[in-house]
Amino acid sequence: MRYLPHSDEERRQMLAACGLESEADLYRQLPPEVRLERPLELPPGLSEYEILEYFRARAAENVAGYPSFLGAGVYYHYRPVLVDVVLSRGEFLTSYTPYQAEISQGTLTAIFEFQTLMCQLTGMEVANASVYDGSTAVPEAALMAMRLTRRERVVAARTLHPEYREVLRTYGRSQGVEIEEFGYQPELGSADLDELADKVDERTAAVILQRPNFFGVIEPVREAAEIAHRRGALLVVIFSEAVSLGLLAPPVEADIVAGELQSFAIAPSYGGPFAGVIATKEKYVRQLPGRLVGQTTDAAGNRAFCLTLSTREQHIRREKATSNICTNQNLIALAATVFLTVYGRRGLRELAEQNLAKAHYLAGRLPRRFAGPFFNEFVARAPASSPEEINRRLLERRILGGLPLGRYYPELADCLLLCATEMSRKQDMDAVAEVFSGR
Amino acid sequence: MIKKVRSHVSQNEPLIFEVSSPGKAAYQLPPLDVPAVDPGSALGPQNVRADIDGFPEVSEVEAIRHFTRLSTHNYAIDYGLYPLGSCTMKYNPRVNEVAARLEGLAWAHPYQPDELVQGALEILARLEAALIEITGMDAVTLQPAAGAHGELTGLLLIRAALEARGNPRKKVLIPDSAHGTNPATVTMAGYVCQNIASNDRGMVDVEALARTVDEDVAALMVTNPNTLGVFEVNIRRIAEILHEKGAMVYMDGANMNALTGLARPGDFGVDVMHLNLHKTFSTPHGGGGPGAGPVAVKRHLEPFLPVPRLVGASGRRRWDYDRPQSIGRVRAFYGNFGVLVRALAYILAHGGEGLRRATLDAILNATYVRKRLEPYYELPHREPTMHECVFSDSRQACHGVRTGDIAKRLIDYGFHPYTVSFPLIVPGAMMIEPTETESKQELDLFIDALIAIAREAEENPELVKTAPHATRVRRVDEVTAARKPILRWRPL
Repeated sequence: MRYLPHSDEERRQMLAACGLESEADLYRQLPPEVRLERPLELPPGLSEYEILEYFRARAAENVAGYPSFLGAGVYYHYRPVLVDVVLSRGEFLTSYTPYQAEISQGTLTAIFEFQTLMCQLTGMEVANASVYDGSTAVPEAALMAMRLTRRERVVAARTLHPEYREVLRTYGRSQGVEIEEFGYQPELGSADLDELADKVDERTAAVILQRPNFFGVIEPVREAAEIAHRRGALLVVIFSEAVSLGLLAPPVEADIVAGELQSFAIAPSYGGPFAGVIATKEKYVRQLPGRLVGQTTDAAGNRAFCLTLSTREQHIRREKATSNICTNQNLIALAATVFLTVYGRRGLRELAEQNLAKAHYLAGRLPRRFAGPFFNEFVARAPASSPEEINRRLLERRILGGLPLGRYYPELADCLLLCATEMSRKQDMDAVAEVFSGR
Repeated sequence: MIKKVRSHVSQNEPLIFEVSSPGKAAYQLPPLDVPAVDPGSALGPQNVRADIDGFPEVSEVEAIRHFTRLSTHNYAIDYGLYPLGSCTMKYNPRVNEVAARLEGLAWAHPYQPDELVQGALEILARLEAALIEITGMDAVTLQPAAGAHGELTGLLLIRAALEARGNPRKKVLIPDSAHGTNPATVTMAGYVCQNIASNDRGMVDVEALARTVDEDVAALMVTNPNTLGVFEVNIRRIAEILHEKGAMVYMDGANMNALTGLARPGDFGVDVMHLNLHKTFSTPHGGGGPGAGPVAVKRHLEPFLPVPRLVGASGRRRWDYDRPQSIGRVRAFYGNFGVLVRALAYILAHGGEGLRRATLDAILNATYVRKRLEPYYELPHREPTMHECVFSDSRQACHGVRTGDIAKRLIDYGFHPYTVSFPLIVPGAMMIEPTETESKQELDLFIDALIAIAREAEENPELVKTAPHATRVRRVDEVTAARKPILRWRPL
């Protein structure tokens, strides 16, 4: 086995040094009744070449390289070459959690930069070192709001990503969280604030709103914040399309901002690994789940960084921790940091404006379902045919269409969610318009 | 004499915000092929942000130097032994990185219709089958994003199954040697945590357990081998005690590196367990994630697994959402697919015999380190070692040198420290897990370093207590960091 460094002679020497006669002595403590007395039924080990051959064959069984208009929480954005150059460095790739600060300053410094970038983008004062993904950031943010308000009710928008809402329900059920949803305005596609105002009461810990919402529509953060705050509830703003933060006003009226960073140079990778983040006001930091990096000095007075405020975390607080989260998504957060460094102040804005322009070009040629303002995604009605039929005809042209919405919103069974990014070409968008118009 | 390292010039690097200056750029977008849109009129002026004050502006070469210089401030497996107990820091094969980046895998969208992602589904099915064979369990969900996430999933499965029987029960038992995630997970799953003491062999006390288990107990969470690196030899009896009272056994699979190919949890009474693919199956830790924490269950828990479930034969695989008893989703989409690809590549590279060989070498390495260090460090538990061994600093402590000091001094010798002060049941714990991918030469250097430090602790304790001396930053003031938190950069 090429990953194992011992020669047989060294194994013999080491066994002898241990005072053992045979390899079987290494596991003599395993009671006979628990031992596996046969070889594992797995094929013999493969060479590097065979491994790549296997995965290339599987990759070829997926449709890849087609122009695609799928979004819905996972976006096709260009990944600058520099991202994989940095991620491939063994010092970042093959290191552990930076508990030993003196030999982990690379990771710690990068995460300190990441936390800063997240604060700059969201308008919040502190951000954690990342969490698993956007979907799990939602229940973590909700539970955080419950601890802060000592209330147990959560009111979530139906325009929050349907899978994020499912995850919220899964987490909430065992903790007795009361979850209620509020609807959207059928013409605009944005949250129904009257219904929200009716549902928020003195037991509500958090109002959860996604911006842009699942339909791509920009939600009114300030108005939602007023409704929440009037009853002493916190506003949690979720994002699933992080590039929008380059153009949209930071949701400073929110108390917690959490979301998905996949748009920042993370390949779609069939749904993961991604990274989420939770940002908030400084006064709430003790209830923030997940790792945090802080600035300090070393014994010689030099600036240095280390993990900090770990009394919130499971390895110190055990059953009283803010969350059971152990890891962050460090390498993914690093990818986002490299991405934001490459694009920088002007680039992120320009990138977001290109997304806006592309999506508006496509939307202008399709029957839009909602009139609310949108960023790079929108809902279109399939005229005189089903969403599945539209997608089938697009596939004939080697184009991946949008997401049919019937599974998540029965009332929108005739609709598709479509996304255009900087990678969408005019000619492909024109082809989509042709198919929609029945040509 | 330090054999492994000598000093080396290392580049300083400010924060990216401090390198930045207005007007620089590391990007160029292609020209827009559609008309530009005015953000204010499209979105409403109140929805458009002003400039992002303080955001980075650097050229491409400055960007690459920034991150390259930072990278050299890290230690990594690629530099050498990384003996963190319980963390299983083994070599990360690079072919796995190439596989995960193949365009057809990396650019597959989770909402592509099932018939257009048969290759991805085939990979997941193959990994599920391999994990079932390795664990001896009956079904696997690949959805959980990490070990702690797998723990939560597992306890929610137990809760759902007990609820279906009429009573979710109240308590989960946890040995005092457990990882901190276990009790934290118990709370998140809506249970109350009850600690149970280990016996003097460092194992679960079977008689005490039998007295504790009653109709209020939902489950026992047990790590096996436990965090002392000791196999719970009474695991069969432990499972019987739980099962007799209608409770279940959750196994934390963090230490599966010690059992793969030798024994299977499904054969010794475990009802549900998680695996850390970033430990046993070598997916890179990446400085702390991403990992993956698949959960394996026995047949009776299968109806409760998260939706969607992968069903169908090769070439016609699809996601099944119609599972009325499911606990629901624990995350969006289907799991950390890119991590799952890497884990399968690892399993394919080893094959059944290779996995067993890796386990034997992992035990051999830990046993060898233990044997050679025993004359110099106190070994509080003397049961045979599996994949890791735990010493205590008690002999050095009488010179004022503690486990944390020895750990920091190891850095000067060119090694990453072991796990410090864990498990909690060993005062001054030094928890060492070499893994199977360390050569005898590297192990000998490590052992020599620890022997030298034991001598230094007697002859020159101050040298050890003020270590590290050779790093670019000296001992870091963590107390001030927590007392006056500075959690972001701000412009002067």
